Amino acid sequence: MRSDSERRGTCGVAVAALLLLATLSGCGDRLREPDAVGGPPVMRRLTESQYRDTVASIFGADIPVTARFERGLRAEGLIAIGSSEAGMSPFSIEQYDAAALGVAAAVTGEKNRERFVPCKPGAGVAFDARCAQRFVEQYAPLLFRRSLAPEETSRFVAMARTGQERIGNFYAGLELALAGMMVSPEFLLRIERTEPDPDHPDRRRLDNWSKATRLSYFLINSTPDQELLRAAAADELSTRKGLQRQVERLLGSPRFEPAVRAFFEDMLQFDKFDDLAKDSVVYPAFNSTVAADAKEQTLRTITHLLVEQHGDYRDLFTTRQSFLTRPLGIVYRVPVPTRNGWESREFPEGSHRVGIQSHVAFLALYSHPGRSSATLRGKGIREVFLCQEVPDPPANVNFAAVQETSNAKMPTARDRLNVHRTQPACAGCHKIMDPLGLTLENFDGLGTYRAVENEVPIDASGSIDGIDFQTPEGLGQALHDHPETPRCLVERMYRYAVGRDTEMEERSYMDYLTRSFAASKFRVPELMRTIALSENFFAISAPQEDDAHDDEQVALDQ
Amino acid sequence: MSKISRRSVLRGIVRGAVVGVALPYLDCFLGTSGQALAATGQRIPTRFGTWIWGCGFVPEKWIPTSTGKTYEMPEDLKPLEPYRDRLAILSGFDVKLDGVPNKPHITGCLGLRTGVPVPNEIVKAPTLDVLIGDAIGNGTRFRSIEISTSGIERSYSYRGAGSPNPSEVSPLRLYQRLFVEGFQDPNAAEFAPDPRTMARQSVLSAVQEDRRRLMREVGADDRRRLDEYFSSVRQLEQQLALQLEPPARVENFTMPKAPTNFVLDAEMDNVMVTHRLMAGLLAKALQCNQTRVFNVLFSDTTSNLRRAGSTTTHHTLTHEEPVDAKLGYQKEVGWFATRSMIAWREFLDEIAGIPEGDGTLLDHCLILAHSDCSIAKAHAVEGIPVMIAGNAGGRVRTGFHLAGKADPVTRVGLTVQQAMGLQVDRWGALSMDTNRTVSEILA
Repeated sequence: MRSDSERRGTCGVAVAALLLLATLSGCGDRLREPDAVGGPPVMRRLTESQYRDTVASIFGADIPVTARFERGLRAEGLIAIGSSEAGMSPFSIEQYDAAALGVAAAVTGEKNRERFVPCKPGAGVAFDARCAQRFVEQYAPLLFRRSLAPEETSRFVAMARTGQERIGNFYAGLELALAGMMVSPEFLLRIERTEPDPDHPDRRRLDNWSKATRLSYFLINSTPDQELLRAAAADELSTRKGLQRQVERLLGSPRFEPAVRAFFEDMLQFDKFDDLAKDSVVYPAFNSTVAADAKEQTLRTITHLLVEQHGDYRDLFTTRQSFLTRPLGIVYRVPVPTRNGWESREFPEGSHRVGIQSHVAFLALYSHPGRSSATLRGKGIREVFLCQEVPDPPANVNFAAVQETSNAKMPTARDRLNVHRTQPACAGCHKIMDPLGLTLENFDGLGTYRAVENEVPIDASGSIDGIDFQTPEGLGQALHDHPETPRCLVERMYRYAVGRDTEMEERSYMDYLTRSFAASKFRVPELMRTIALSENFFAISAPQEDDAHDDEQVALDQ
Repeated sequence: MSKISRRSVLRGIVRGAVVGVALPYLDCFLGTSGQALAATGQRIPTRFGTWIWGCGFVPEKWIPTSTGKTYEMPEDLKPLEPYRDRLAILSGFDVKLDGVPNKPHITGCLGLRTGVPVPNEIVKAPTLDVLIGDAIGNGTRFRSIEISTSGIERSYSYRGAGSPNPSEVSPLRLYQRLFVEGFQDPNAAEFAPDPRTMARQSVLSAVQEDRRRLMREVGADDRRRLDEYFSSVRQLEQQLALQLEPPARVENFTMPKAPTNFVLDAEMDNVMVTHRLMAGLLAKALQCNQTRVFNVLFSDTTSNLRRAGSTTTHHTLTHEEPVDAKLGYQKEVGWFATRSMIAWREFLDEIAGIPEGDGTLLDHCLILAHSDCSIAKAHAVEGIPVMIAGNAGGRVRTGFHLAGKADPVTRVGLTVQQAMGLQVDRWGALSMDTNRTVSEILA
């Protein structure tokens, strides 16, 4: 675990002071970015959501991506970081190939070819290399996120030629060439490339294409568009003004909101929905529609508050504003008049539904298939929202004391979990998870409100880091006020943007981001702007090691 | 391997537009041993697979009280009586931790499969199925097939850290992948290579032209990842190449039907149905040489299996269920352990149900079945239950119970690799490092 303890003490004070400072006089010196240090360049595999958004932004949302993406690898709490470590199994290549063929067939098929192919092939049977080249030149830079060398272009034109010769039709040739681009390593992997930094001989920086790519996937979850590629080619991203212009443009893009959503989907670990199962006897209201809607509800609540309303990030833990569908209404026990689709709803005061941690998505994900779990929920809040790691239970622990739910002597979870406190091996960790989760015990394993468990009223009192509360409202407020809440978001957001863990040397930069976030009154789009405009975002720490020799023979001779 | 590959011979013929020709199998294309099929003269390949069940066993119901050939099968092994001669029961082999923190349900499983215990899922060596797959899995459509039958899309097959091979979780999806998209009926009367397949193949080989340049542009870790990308592309290219060849005839092969009537969740009765369906499909895929390597995850190591209407899962029960005073063990946990062995029996039923040569497919398989721990309540990695089924075309001996006496379980892993023809004389790290095979197993 990070040694944040010493920092934690001063943090609250700093935040409060800054807030004051920001309100009174705007930004002071403390909001100046420290000298950039950066980190290593990374090679990131496109995530499923990036893949889908990329295809949608190049070709349109109507072009189907039909493939089964394997589950993203999660590292340091984020798939964004795992994507810099993940390999590529034969299974995933099969699936990428299927996706590529499907997209290519749709793009060059009779229905769409007029829309996507920029020219008509010349009459006659001969291969129209000029038209094929125009097609390649239109799409390859968008897919590869850079301009292509002439020999690369001609390779894809040659693919189209082979295709026409073998299959006997110009468009089938284009189809193959496009599929070829989409299984290329340069499309599936975002390979960051560096160049010397003329202003700082001791470090390197990303080249213009890699800059554009980082920026674009961070702010619009997709490939750089024509304009961004133009700016990269014109070396505009290395000037403050040029960069600013692009950042503002992307922040104002309709694709910005999906990008915020993609970040939170990753941070909240919503890929866990793939494994979510509930016992149909215990929770008959649960089905796949409820699961999909629960996930969507929380994401809508987040983007509504943070993007549409430009609200305070911390209010996510106290907001009663949300969205519901009919199937969700059954779980929430709230009538939803709208037959199909979503309805904006405010949960009434005193309903205990405050903040996204009281949504079905969180409550159901952090439960067992047949019952709630104060421990899992406490652990979830610590890990997801506060970036704190809770260690695994000791391997040789004796759990025999924790009894079945039907045990008459221990009717409620609180009684059963009390046992944890009697075992020193358990107490250390459980006292940071259970008191927090017990406050959510009024929600069963699916997230429906209940006043009693086994006919005994539920005591929902709890505490977190010295703050006591009696209700989920109190927990929401405590999370809102917790100094680690904004810091955690900042950390996750930056790591998400660069696809790696933070470096030790980046500490003062992280502090700077946290201060800026507070100064903006915890506006997430402001934080993203600060990151995108910062020098550190593009900085590359040490010169790339020239380690291309050690196992070169092994790697190359295949 | 010699310079001519079976594929290059065939490719020449396909390009020359001679189709539907039956080719004699040359010995140099096949493994070193095995029986020849009377009808076609082809050697029968040896297959390797693993079968994992989660949360260990109840020792009193599983460990035979005596060793050797005449041991009596305790309650949970009883269902396996029909396979007594085809099974080696291996008790008492340990994963040695050497001070590595034991991550519950992970360290034992990956330690057994990689020979190096790790405190997380960041493996330090490939799992043994991948090592074996690299040696024997290259001539088939799939280097390996991974299956998970309780809805968890994961496997314990890793090429390296960050490179797991994901599992198929749906029988229907498995069916489509194996027998629909790109499948060639080995007994189809006619064969005509698809020109589109040839064109796609040339695309995939062009995609690999940048290999050298890219390898130079990235650091060592990323080079390994790129390397995996390129070998995966090569496998796909090979799948296409195989589609351009007339498939070898397979005796007694009938096309499976698309599976129906299954429910995908972790409720035990549903999992048993899903598992049986997927085992049947896998057996047929092995029969017609779609793959020679497989990994089946019956239940995840942190077993999410449950009984309908129950508030707790198998895994949760292992920790929370009190020991039944009369029985001396956890009764509900025992129910899951017993059912897991019935599932294992059903798996063997499917494999042994395929006639092959003078016997069945099981004769030409080596299946390593194991769990992640012995006593789940304590996450013990000492005495993890292990079994070997099948005879690997005569290369392994079965029909006995052997007590490992706290030897490192890597002895079993080493034995299995040698039985599959790998040139390896020691395996594992630190206390797990061994050069001692289990000689009783090697024929």
